[in-house]
Amino acid sequence: MPKEKKGVLLEHISKIYEDPKSKKQFYAVHDLSLDIKPGSFVTLLGPSGCGKTTTLRMIGGFESPDEGDIYLGNKPINSLPPNKRDTAMVFQSYALLPHYNVFDNVAYGLKIRKLPREEIRKKVFAMLDLVQLRGMEDRMTNQLSGGQQQRVALARALVVEPSVLLFDEPLSNLDAKLRVSMRTEIRRIQQAVGITAIYVTHDQAEAMAISDQIIIMNKGVVAQIGTPTEIYYQPKNEFVADFIGEVNFLDGKIIKKDTSNILTEVYGVKIPVKTGEGQVGDDVRLVLRPECLHLKDDGDLKGKVVVSTFMGAYQLYHVMVNDTVVKITEYNPKGKKIYNIDDAVALDFSSTDVHIIPKENSELKTDFIVPVKTKKGFNLFKK
Amino acid sequence: MTASLQGKMLDRKKFFQDPFLIFAIFFLIIFFTLFIAYPLVILLKDGFATSTKAFSFESFAYTFSVYSGFLKAMGNSVIIGLAVSAGATVVGLLFAYVDTYVKLKTKVLKILFNIVSFLPVVSPPFVISISLILLFGDTGFITHDLLHILNAQHAFYGFPGIISVEIITFFPVAYLMLKGLLKNIDPSLEEAARDMGASRWKVFTTVTFPLLLPGLGNAFLVTFVESVADFANPMIIGGSMETMATCIYNQLMGSNGPDAQFQAAAMSCILLLISMSIFIVQKYVLERKTFSTLTGKASRQRMLISDKSVTIPLSIICGLISLFVIGLYVLVIMCSFWKNLVNFDFTWKHYQVIFSDNGMSAFGPTLTMSAIAAPITAILSMIIAYLIVKKKFKGKAAIEFVSMLAMAVPGTILGVGFIRGYVQGIFHTGILQQLYNTMWIIIIVFVVRSLPIGVRSGVSALRQIDQSIEESAYDLGGNSLHVFSTVTLPLISDSFFSSLVTSFVRSITAISAVIMLVTPSLQLVTCQINEYAGKGDYSTATAYATILILIASLAVGIMNLAMRLIGRKTKIKEE
Repeated sequence: MPKEKKGVLLEHISKIYEDPKSKKQFYAVHDLSLDIKPGSFVTLLGPSGCGKTTTLRMIGGFESPDEGDIYLGNKPINSLPPNKRDTAMVFQSYALLPHYNVFDNVAYGLKIRKLPREEIRKKVFAMLDLVQLRGMEDRMTNQLSGGQQQRVALARALVVEPSVLLFDEPLSNLDAKLRVSMRTEIRRIQQAVGITAIYVTHDQAEAMAISDQIIIMNKGVVAQIGTPTEIYYQPKNEFVADFIGEVNFLDGKIIKKDTSNILTEVYGVKIPVKTGEGQVGDDVRLVLRPECLHLKDDGDLKGKVVVSTFMGAYQLYHVMVNDTVVKITEYNPKGKKIYNIDDAVALDFSSTDVHIIPKENSELKTDFIVPVKTKKGFNLFKK
Repeated sequence: MTASLQGKMLDRKKFFQDPFLIFAIFFLIIFFTLFIAYPLVILLKDGFATSTKAFSFESFAYTFSVYSGFLKAMGNSVIIGLAVSAGATVVGLLFAYVDTYVKLKTKVLKILFNIVSFLPVVSPPFVISISLILLFGDTGFITHDLLHILNAQHAFYGFPGIISVEIITFFPVAYLMLKGLLKNIDPSLEEAARDMGASRWKVFTTVTFPLLLPGLGNAFLVTFVESVADFANPMIIGGSMETMATCIYNQLMGSNGPDAQFQAAAMSCILLLISMSIFIVQKYVLERKTFSTLTGKASRQRMLISDKSVTIPLSIICGLISLFVIGLYVLVIMCSFWKNLVNFDFTWKHYQVIFSDNGMSAFGPTLTMSAIAAPITAILSMIIAYLIVKKKFKGKAAIEFVSMLAMAVPGTILGVGFIRGYVQGIFHTGILQQLYNTMWIIIIVFVVRSLPIGVRSGVSALRQIDQSIEESAYDLGGNSLHVFSTVTLPLISDSFFSSLVTSFVRSITAISAVIMLVTPSLQLVTCQINEYAGKGDYSTATAYATILILIASLAVGIMNLAMRLIGRKTKIKEE
C-alpha cells in the first residue's frame, strides 16, 4: 500500500472512571506514555481490568483521555471522533454487520467514503484475496466460521487503508487451535501490508508470538515495555516475571557488584548473576525459570524433592529449598537420572540464567490503583 | 482546569462534529417541550388562575367544593380503579398461570388466549361497553329478554357497568405482563420445593406467588392508571355517574361560566398528580424490584402440570371467560347487520348510512391523520431509542423521562392541555395559534400518545444489539446518520414496523385526547361512535366500530405477514 506509515504517540495519558457502587473515582489508566514506531506490531498485555482495552479505545477515539495527548503521526487527534480518525479497529466480537453479506461488510467503509463502484469492487476483492476469503463474498456473516468472520473483520478494517490497525482481543472467541493459526495469519498480513498495529490481549503466549514489542500493564500503569525476549528473561518487577510464563523467586541480597557481575547471597550461598539492577546491600529476588534449572546430586544450593511427576515432555519436580518451593521442568527426561520424593538434591544452573529484580514490599505492590478523591487531588498529579 | 474536565471537553468536541446528532437532540428537545411538557405546564398555570386573576387558588377551591362534583368523581374513580385493577390482575394472573404452567389438551385454548390478548389492541373504545349494554342494559338481551327484569332503572349503568367493562378491557394488559414474568421464573426453584415435599398449592403460595409479588403490584398499578385515565367507557356506560376524566371533559365542554376552563385545568392537575405519582412508584420502585427477584432466563423448560384435577377446572374457567370476551365482539359485529335491536333481519342499511352520510367525512380524516402520524411516530421513537441506548449526552435522562412520562399522562389531560395551550397560542400570546383547528394538532397528539410504546419497543430491541456493531461502523468512518440509517434501523426493523402499525392502530382508535380537539370540519370515527352510542343508535355505532376493527386487524395482519417475510428472508440466509 502506497500510504505513508505513521506511528502513535501517547503523552501522559490518564483515564478516570467512577466506581458505580462506591462513587469513588479511580484511574483506569494512569500517566501512560508510549511511543509506537511506524510499522511496528505492539501488544498491550495484562490481566483483565489493567486498562489495556481502555487505552486502545482512547487511541480509537471511543473514549476521551482525562489527561494527556494522543498523536497520530505528528497530528494531535485528541478531539477527533472515531469516524474522523485514521484508525480502524478489529473487535473482540468481530462486530460484523449481520444484515450484510461478506462483500458489503468489507465494502462498508469504502461506500461511506463514496468511492466509485468499480474501485470499491477492486479493493474489496484484493482484500478478500489477502485474507483468503475470495469466493465467499456472497455469504451472510452468520454462515461463516469464527475464523472466517475474524478474517472479514480484518479485511473490513484494512480495506479503508488506515494508518493504524487496532485489535481488541480479536482471537478470544476462537478455539485454541484456531487461535494459533489465526495469530500467525494476522502477523503475516500485518507484515505484508506494513501497517502499524496495536493489539490488546490477556494471552501471554499470543503476545509473545506476534509482537515486536510488548507493553505489560497492571492496574492502569505500565509494568514494563520491551521485546518478548527482554520481557521473558529480564523482567523489571515481580508482576511481569510472574505474569509471563512460570517462574521461581528466591530471596537474596547483593553483596558485591562490579562492571559485568553481580554477586548475590541466597540462604548463605553465593550466586553470581549477569542481569538485573541493584546496589550492594539491596534485598533482591532472584528470578529463575523452571526450564533453566536442573538437578544434581550435590552442590551449593541444597534441597529436598517433594514432588516428582512424569509429564511426558518433561519431568516435573518441586524441590524444597529452605522454606521455598522451587519448580523445575527437566525436558526430555528419557535416559536422565530421575529423582524421587525425599531425595536430597542440589540446584544446578548457569549464571546467565539468573536475573534479579528489586524486592518489593507487599503494600507497595498491590497499590497500583491511584484513587482520586477530591478535585484538589487532581492538581497534585498535574505537571 | 481539573483533569476529568479534559475528558468531558473532548467528548463534547467529538459530539459537536456530528451534525445529525445535534440536530436530532435539538429537534427532540423542542418537540418534547412544546408538545409534552408545555401542555402540562399550561394546565398548572391555568389551574392557579381565573379569568380575572393571574394567580389565585379559586379554581382549586372550586374543584374541591361540593358544587363541582369533582370530589365525588374522584371517589368514584378510586373505587372503580381499585376494583378494576384487583379484578384485572386476578384474571390476568389466572390466564398467565394457565398459559405457562398448565398442560393444555388442545390448542384451541391457546388460540383463544391469543385472540383475547389481541382484540383490545385492534378494538376501538366503546365496543365492550356497547356490547355489555346490549346484553345487560335496561332492554338488554339477558336482563330484559332472558331474565325478564322489566324495571331495570339503569341498574347496570354506573359502578357495575364501568367495573366489568374495564376489567374485560384491561385484564389482557395484566395477562401479558405476568406471562412474561412467569416465563422467567426458573422452574428448578419450584422443583426444589416440590422435591422437599410441598404440595402444588403450597409451591404456588410459598414460591411462585412471593416471587411474583412485585410483578403483581406492577400489573395492579398499571391497570389502576389505565382505569383512572379511561374516558370512553365511563362516558358510555357511566350513566349519570362521573369519573375524574369525564368530569373534566364535562367541565370543559359543558360548563359556560367564565372560569370553567380554568377549573377544568385545576381538575386536570389533580388527576395528573395522581396518575404521575402512581406511575413513578410503578416505574422506579416496583419495576426494579421485579428485576431483582427474577434474574435472567429460565434455565430450561418447565414440567407442565398435567394433573386432571387442576387442568380441567382451570381450562373451563379460562375458556369460558375467553369465549365470553370474544362473544362480546361478535355481538357488536352482528348488531351492525341487524335491522334494529328487536328485528334481527340482515341489512346493509347502517353501512349505507355511514358511507352516504357524513361517514366518509369521518373516515377520510381519521385514516389520513393516522397514516401521517404512524411513520412520524415510528421514526421518532427509533431515533429516541437509539439516543437513549447508544449515545451519551447531556439531557439524555430528561429525554428518556419525558418520553416515558407521556405514557402516564391520561389522554383527557393531554387534550385539555393542548386546548388550553394552543387555542390562544403559546401562553395565550397568539404564537403558534395557527396550529389549533388544523389536522396537525391532532396528528401531534397521535404521535405523543403512541411515542412511549414505540420507544419502549425500540429500547428493548436495541439493548439486544452488541454495542461494538455500531462502534465498528462508526470506526469505519460513518457519522451518526450513516450508522443509524445503515446499521441501527435495519437491525431493529421489526421494532420499527411494529411501532408503525401500533401507532396507526392506536391513532384510529384514539378518543380521549382528541375528542376535545375535533371540529365539525374535522371529524374522527371514534367521536362518531361516541355520538351515535350516546344517542342510543347502537346499530350505526357498531357499524362504525366494525369497520374500524376490520381496518385495524388488516393493518396488524399485514404487519405480521411482512415481519414473517422479513424473518423468512433472514432465515433463508442463515441456512
